[in-house]
Amino acid sequence: MTIVQPRKAIFPRPVAEQALAVLANDPVNDDYKHLVLQAGQPFTQAQPGQFFHLLCPSGDGLAAPYFRRPMSCYRADPQAGRLEFLYKLAGRGTRALGGLHAGDSLNVLGPLGKGFRLHPDWRHILVLGRGVGLATLAPLAEAACASGMRITAILSARRHDLVMSAERFAAAGADVLPVHDDDGSSAPENLHQILEGLVQAGNAPDAVFSCGSNRLLRLLQDYGRRHGIPGQVAVEQQMACGLGMCFCCVRPFGDAAAPEHRRVCWDGPVFDMQETHEC
Amino acid sequence: MLTGASVKNIDMSVQVGALTLQNPVMPASGTFAEGLARVFDLNDLGAFVTKTITHEKRQGNALPRVAETAEGMLNSIGIPSKGLDAFLADVLPFYAPLCPPLIVSISAPTADGFARLARDVSLPGVAAIEANISCPNLEADGRAFAVSPETTAQVVAKLRYATSLPLWVKLSPNTTDIAAVARAAESEGADAVVVANTILGMAIDTETFKPRLGNVMGGLSGAAVKPIILRMTYQVARAVKIPVIGCGGIGNAEDAVEYLLAGAAAVQVGTATFLHPAVMPEIIAGLRDFCARRGFARLSDLSGALREPAEVAVGENAA
Ligand SMILES: Cc1cc2nc3c(=O)[nH]c(=O)nc-3n(C[C@H](O)[C@H](O)[C@H](O)COP(=O)(O)O)c2cc1C
Ligand code: FES
Repeated sequence: MTIVQPRKAIFPRPVAEQALAVLANDPVNDDYKHLVLQAGQPFTQAQPGQFFHLLCPSGDGLAAPYFRRPMSCYRADPQAGRLEFLYKLAGRGTRALGGLHAGDSLNVLGPLGKGFRLHPDWRHILVLGRGVGLATLAPLAEAACASGMRITAILSARRHDLVMSAERFAAAGADVLPVHDDDGSSAPENLHQILEGLVQAGNAPDAVFSCGSNRLLRLLQDYGRRHGIPGQVAVEQQMACGLGMCFCCVRPFGDAAAPEHRRVCWDGPVFDMQETHEC
Repeated sequence: MLTGASVKNIDMSVQVGALTLQNPVMPASGTFAEGLARVFDLNDLGAFVTKTITHEKRQGNALPRVAETAEGMLNSIGIPSKGLDAFLADVLPFYAPLCPPLIVSISAPTADGFARLARDVSLPGVAAIEANISCPNLEADGRAFAVSPETTAQVVAKLRYATSLPLWVKLSPNTTDIAAVARAAESEGADAVVVANTILGMAIDTETFKPRLGNVMGGLSGAAVKPIILRMTYQVARAVKIPVIGCGGIGNAEDAVEYLLAGAAAVQVGTATFLHPAVMPEIIAGLRDFCARRGFARLSDLSGALREPAEVAVGENAA
């Protein structure tokens, strides 16, 4: 009996699964924590908008969640050998993550998915995000800054003290405009005025970026359509495999009458803004 | 038997009917995709099994499509399918340059539909067909073909006539006498049976009072189902002469060994890949180590090597 000898690998394999050491896992405010892991390649090669799939530990007397949990990358730093996440303590998975301490380890799979794309011709981009969605947009702002683009960052939150990562956007040279529910500045009408103001001032962005929220998506889709500005949005969906195998993470895209189901983990999580449907 | 067994010299190959696999580990249908090529060398696998395809385009079921349970998961993905043409144009070419044999999983709402699809996918580059007969039979009030020996015999007979490729029939655990169903498949010409698909289950959200799956019910898989499917593999292996492929809750090499000992010739790994995408090559390495440690020069000698107590009345209710 003869068996065909397998040939050498013919695909690049930039996705790895590994237990990474926890360097820190500190509260940022009442709702959010900041997790820092020690990581090498390919983890630190993650591009803005890509995500990792985390095998959350057991904790608080609760069994470990069976599925991994997708978490968008907050910072991937090849020089420092660090991978960072910013997360909201919400469900079973993130509560389990919340119990990690420096010295523990966390099994991480990634980097996964398709991130944001920056067109080299763009000179000025606008990012509009809210809450923990800003964690996904911060690396994008830094990448845009590194490519010499100007950035307008509208950072929305429930309260002024909950605005995430304003300093990081500022450090990337962004024009930072914090808006919050406290004083009504985060209301769609006000955001609309800010966006239109940019156009009137001859400072219209070449592209807009957002994350998560339906309300912000609707606003930017309308803005993009009226002024011919392209955009990208990072969306969320429940995931099991994270690698395009199970088709549990599909969402409708494109033509409203005959939408196409795409996998958020594989075809996204970043999609063309105009093709994205609210969920 | 080996003395001073060398891990390198172990013959890991297994025979599934006319097909020789370089090792017994392959993905379960619906739990594998090209994305895994980013994680490990796909040429290491014993075979490939595609997601079930249908002739026509299908959307799949409502969301949520999965729910986690204790050591397992429920899924009601349905069978989203881009249809036969897209499969032939996009999926088949991906596997063409790869070495392991390609098994194409098919489904249809009628026995004639199964036969037609089997004929249409009997193409160069396809090594075998796996008929997923756990789907609803439109000619039997939507009950799955695999629930009864009669409907299984009907569909397998038509499939056998439609293709000369090796025909694997994937059974459903949602039946009272899986050994009888396996015998029906064998007598109509199946070359192997896969034991098994998922176990029908349900979960409810106690906050919202809603089912956790958009489809209300779904299939349970993962570690939780292993004892049940292992038992069925054992029963089926005793009932038929054709090879049995075990599939249910396998997550490491020991699990795979259990299935082999129970009589499986090869194994499929599904849900475990969602948690650890490199689990299949790890299982292959673990099986090799196991053979070395236990002095097996040929892995296939493990198949059916269960040591049974002298008197066991098989089939009698043990409880
Ligand atoms: C998300 C998901 C999708 C599946 N899709 C299919 C399918 O298309 N066809 C099929 O025959 N079985 C399908 N199955 C069943 C698996 O192939 C396998 O029989 C089952 O999951 C038990 O194995 P496991 O415990 O290793 O996952 C699916 C299972 C899961 C979890
Ligand atoms: S999570 Fe499995 S396909 Fe996206």
